[in-house]
Amino acid sequence: MAHIAGVDIPKKKRVVIGLTYIFGIGKSLSQEILKKANVDENTKVQDLTDEEEKMLRAIIQDDYEVEGDLRTKRTLDIKRLMEIGCYRGIRHKKGMPVRGQRTHTNAKTRRGRKKK
Amino acid sequence: MARSIKKGPFVDAHLEKKVDEMIKQNKKEVIKTWSRRSTVLPKFVEHTFAVHNGRKFIPIYITEDMVGHKLGEFSPTRTYRGHKVSK
Repeated sequence: MAHIAGVDIPKKKRVVIGLTYIFGIGKSLSQEILKKANVDENTKVQDLTDEEEKMLRAIIQDDYEVEGDLRTKRTLDIKRLMEIGCYRGIRHKKGMPVRGQRTHTNAKTRRGRKKK
Repeated sequence: MARSIKKGPFVDAHLEKKVDEMIKQNKKEVIKTWSRRSTVLPKFVEHTFAVHNGRKFIPIYITEDMVGHKLGEFSPTRTYRGHKVSK
């Protein structure tokens, strides 16, 4: 019965952890939100009262950027870098590591496995 | 770590002087520069810089999105033409 900011239904977990199932909310943000809403971290998601749940939903909607909006923002940021043709943009285009890591070896996450 | 806001953006004095001069005369000429370390300021927008990359000058037309980046970011210093494809 918990449906906050889109499609997140982690039940049976403590709220601090439950909230982190939302894209854009990690543990520290989760703690911050709960403090604002005055909800105890340790209550299980299923034990939240309707009021508390409403409160959480309102806070997340008003003050934080999560899920779709955040994803769009991220892609736009990357797109901007690519369009202005700066070094970071070029690296994104080429699918290479952006932050100066070595590429002599490793960097497999960005570059992918080489075919034989 | 990011630069302290207190100091403001860094621009080489000689470069800023040149730009100011251009603005005063309302000219838009290519400014040749070696100062890759200079930040792009809002007043640089719509000017063209030829930024040295160690070998030649790469012409860069400054747009609004580029403000806050360094000139050097737009002038790649390395050439990479890919590796030999082994059979």
